Amino acid sequence: MDDLLRDFLTETNENLGVLDTEIVKLEQNPNDPGLVGSIFRIMHTIKGTCGFLGLPRLEKVAHAGENLLDQIRDGKLIPNEQAVTLILEALDRIKSLLSVLEQTEAEPEGDDADLIQRLNDYASGKTSAPAAPAAAAVPLQALAPAPSAEPEPDEHGFVPVPAHKTAAVADALAAQKAPEPAPAPAPVPAPVAAKPAAKAEQPRGEVAESAVAASSIRVNVDVLENLMTMVSELVLTRNQLLQILRSQKDSEFSGPLQRLNHVTSELQEGVMKTRMQPIGNAWSKLPRLIRDLSHELGKKIDLQMHGQDTELDRQVLELIKDPLTHLVRNCADHGLERPEERRAAGKPEVGRVNLNAFHEGGHIIIEITDDGRGLNIDKIKQKAIQNGVCSEAEAATFTDQQIAQFIFKAGFSTAAVVTSVSGRGVGMDVVRTNIEKIGGTVELKFQRGKGTSFVIKIPLTLAIVSALVVECSGERFAIPQISVLELVRATAGSETTIERVNDSPFLRLRNRLLPLVSLHDMLKLGEDRGVDASESFIVVTQVGTYTFGIMVDRVFDTEEIVVKPVAPILRDISMFSGNTILGDGSVIMILDPNGIAAASGESASMGEQAAAAQGDERARTESQRIALLVFRAGGQAPKAVPLSLIARLEETDASTIEFSDGKPVLQYRGKLMPLVTIDPSYAIRSEGRQSILVFADRNRNMGLLVDEIVDIVEERLEVEMNNVRPGMVGSAIISGKATDVIDTAHYLSLAFGDWFGKADSPFGQSQSRRLLLVDDSPFFRNLLQPILSVAGYEVTTADTGTQALAMCEAGREFDIVVSDIEMPGMSGFEFAEALRKIERFRETPVLALSSHTHPQDIERARRVGFTDFIPKLDREGLLASLNELSAGNRVAAAQ
Amino acid sequence: MSNSLVTADRPGGVKPAGADVANDFVTMMVADQLFGIPVLTVQDVLGPQRITRVPLAPPEVAGALNLRGRIVTAFDVRRRLGLPKREADKPGMNVVVDFKGELYALMVDNVGEVLSLSADTYERNPNTLDPRWREVSGGIYRLKGKLLVVLEVSRLLAIKRGGVEAA
Repeated sequence: MDDLLRDFLTETNENLGVLDTEIVKLEQNPNDPGLVGSIFRIMHTIKGTCGFLGLPRLEKVAHAGENLLDQIRDGKLIPNEQAVTLILEALDRIKSLLSVLEQTEAEPEGDDADLIQRLNDYASGKTSAPAAPAAAAVPLQALAPAPSAEPEPDEHGFVPVPAHKTAAVADALAAQKAPEPAPAPAPVPAPVAAKPAAKAEQPRGEVAESAVAASSIRVNVDVLENLMTMVSELVLTRNQLLQILRSQKDSEFSGPLQRLNHVTSELQEGVMKTRMQPIGNAWSKLPRLIRDLSHELGKKIDLQMHGQDTELDRQVLELIKDPLTHLVRNCADHGLERPEERRAAGKPEVGRVNLNAFHEGGHIIIEITDDGRGLNIDKIKQKAIQNGVCSEAEAATFTDQQIAQFIFKAGFSTAAVVTSVSGRGVGMDVVRTNIEKIGGTVELKFQRGKGTSFVIKIPLTLAIVSALVVECSGERFAIPQISVLELVRATAGSETTIERVNDSPFLRLRNRLLPLVSLHDMLKLGEDRGVDASESFIVVTQVGTYTFGIMVDRVFDTEEIVVKPVAPILRDISMFSGNTILGDGSVIMILDPNGIAAASGESASMGEQAAAAQGDERARTESQRIALLVFRAGGQAPKAVPLSLIARLEETDASTIEFSDGKPVLQYRGKLMPLVTIDPSYAIRSEGRQSILVFADRNRNMGLLVDEIVDIVEERLEVEMNNVRPGMVGSAIISGKATDVIDTAHYLSLAFGDWFGKADSPFGQSQSRRLLLVDDSPFFRNLLQPILSVAGYEVTTADTGTQALAMCEAGREFDIVVSDIEMPGMSGFEFAEALRKIERFRETPVLALSSHTHPQDIERARRVGFTDFIPKLDREGLLASLNELSAGNRVAAAQ
Repeated sequence: MSNSLVTADRPGGVKPAGADVANDFVTMMVADQLFGIPVLTVQDVLGPQRITRVPLAPPEVAGALNLRGRIVTAFDVRRRLGLPKREADKPGMNVVVDFKGELYALMVDNVGEVLSLSADTYERNPNTLDPRWREVSGGIYRLKGKLLVVLEVSRLLAIKRGGVEAA
């Protein structure tokens, strides 16, 4: 018999057993909504499974029963005798059908229209009220002997009697009863007629039921779990014994221990097997899902499944069921195009979703691939910026694959249109979290227009994992093998050597820069390294798509370990996912690569919200320290520019620089990018490599030619001497050297005359005043901050009105506030209005910045309390206005 | 130490009626101070053990050790009480206690015998006691010649750390 069918029979019989008692309870207790609910659920399950297994007769009966129960559940019907009888009748019918099914593996021929008709009639309230008791009486007695005196003796003899006779008796009964309530309703004979069929089939069913029951037993999962734990312990003990044996040659224990070894291995395998289930079980609902989806969405979808027999731990199976379903649904819904789009794209009309599962080195790999349109990177990018996941400038530097990863972030609905299929709350972030929870990984690859592919890698079982044992500063740690990509040995002076940028270590690995974290520093393992620092091992680790290296002193072996949770007292240390006992009996901590990645700053670069949440203090430091790119161009004096203004750093062959209209340009990402030099006298190289700083805003790129990129530093930007010559905002001491800070605006305007309006303007030194700059666009914040600093303001920035207001409310003092108008969340108008309500800020000058300069906007700005209104790109206007306000602060505010 | 007993300790582990058991204490020495833990909470007494350090753990947690296949968190009682470290040449002992289903090894200098103490020698924590000690002490028994401080395991293990009480 088919496994699925066997499971279904065992389960359904069990459920029916529960139902029988529940329904009887219901009759005694008709107003218990919980009871009705649970009965409904069981019936619903039966219906669902029947439908799935292709058992139409069963499904129809269960469906009709469910309908009736639904009415009861909704309170539209009262579960009186008649209703209960009907339901019981339906159950009996199901039982009899099941028994035949069990014997023949097929549903019996026949039709249940009469029963279904009555169930439906009752559910829709067609049976008239007075008729109800009469209709109810007969079948009820036929099933459960009622205490009513007269028919009882007949009843007992009733069961084994051949069909036609029962019918006759029942008919008679009905006739007897009929006179009491007025009209004998037509449906009465019907149930009786249906009954015998069921009865006749019953005895055969009982025999078969016991046969199935004997060949499979249902064991509580807890028992299995417990068994698994015990076996795990046994495995560990065996490992310990074997370790001891290795140190003793010619021990008399060696023979018995070898046997113990084998028996234990077999036992482990056997117990594992009890927990193993084919992955096909998790897929079984997918064909139906895809079928329904293709109808609903008007797409033609072909679902191909390979490797259904691949087995994995049932605990794991349960946990990946939902993520899998979600991914397949996503492929069908978002990935695949409509037939006409596919035809237009030159693809076959029928879209394909491929599911493939196979074993690979102690893991199961599940691939879900579609040949649809791939991901819409632009939309994801927009959404990421909108959600504050990354800044515009950052987004510009990411590759498409990096951006694609954003769909795994919380709050990212990939669906532009919420269809009935998607947008139901299970997001990709949940998928990823669930998979990572069981120590798995999910990888996303896509090709625009060609399709998307998800690769899920999960451990076979959660109980025993293979781990790499490493040593750092004399302590040993285990790293789960699944997250380890490769091992690299780095030695000083060789080709693979650890390099540092501002103390952060990096490794050049196959033309990529791999960020490194030192386990020693991360775990604060103390000062004594104890090992020659010139050599270290790097465990290249992958978390999601973030790849980084963990620096350790030594690498030992891989070992099978049993993960045990850490003591509650240590549970808030995110670096460890558990601990275990090694073969030599020592305790070892298991490192959690997710925790390390998070602590190493992956999260810091990816999630700006976290930084914002840290609030005031953070805002203050941010305003004071900014990252600067130091470079050389035209002369030896270092020059600097705020790093956040730079979209990318490029290096190109100087010969690829072309000239258009006498100005240098470069073919860049399919467009011509204007190039500018640091000053007119700068000689553009004709050969060799040319470094270019690329500035980007929306669709426009501009390249600044430089000689050499020196460093990236984080410094408090204090411009000492300003306005030396066009293109410079002044000089600052950076890394102990006088450095020219370049005025990006100047160069942008050289490349695109209209970028900012007029670029340079002389402005006078004024005493340092505290200025709060509120703008949601990091680009403008970064652009304005140096300009304002050089104009003598101590600038604090806030990226939302809410954040700015919180700062003000928290007691920060500002002499001048400059705020953008169009901001997500709290607008500039709302911000100004709220700000004016704070006593200290009633008189403070507040400037509005906006790209919209409609008279009504200006009017509104004045009304809510803005002191002045300046077009966003009018740098000169802003500085002039600030100067004016600084000159006569209070006077200006009062105007 | 037995001369200081109010009631003689019972050899052979024959337990008297329930009320008395509650007053049976495993005694231990930490920096010349006598401490006691109710005997029923003690699972094991171990000699010096190989302890695996747990980085980033609270300072009171000395590490983890393997007790017959179970991982036990080693807890430095001296550290908890603000006492100096034990000299390196003195090995120390571990008293393993069960707390909420988890095992903890309390690292002490020495473990003495089990004492049955009479309730009328019991005093509540004197106010003059160092707050750090008062936090973990469940009262004091007056023994002949010395005082025994009752260690409250639950409070001993509750390390204040980011507002979350351990265990």
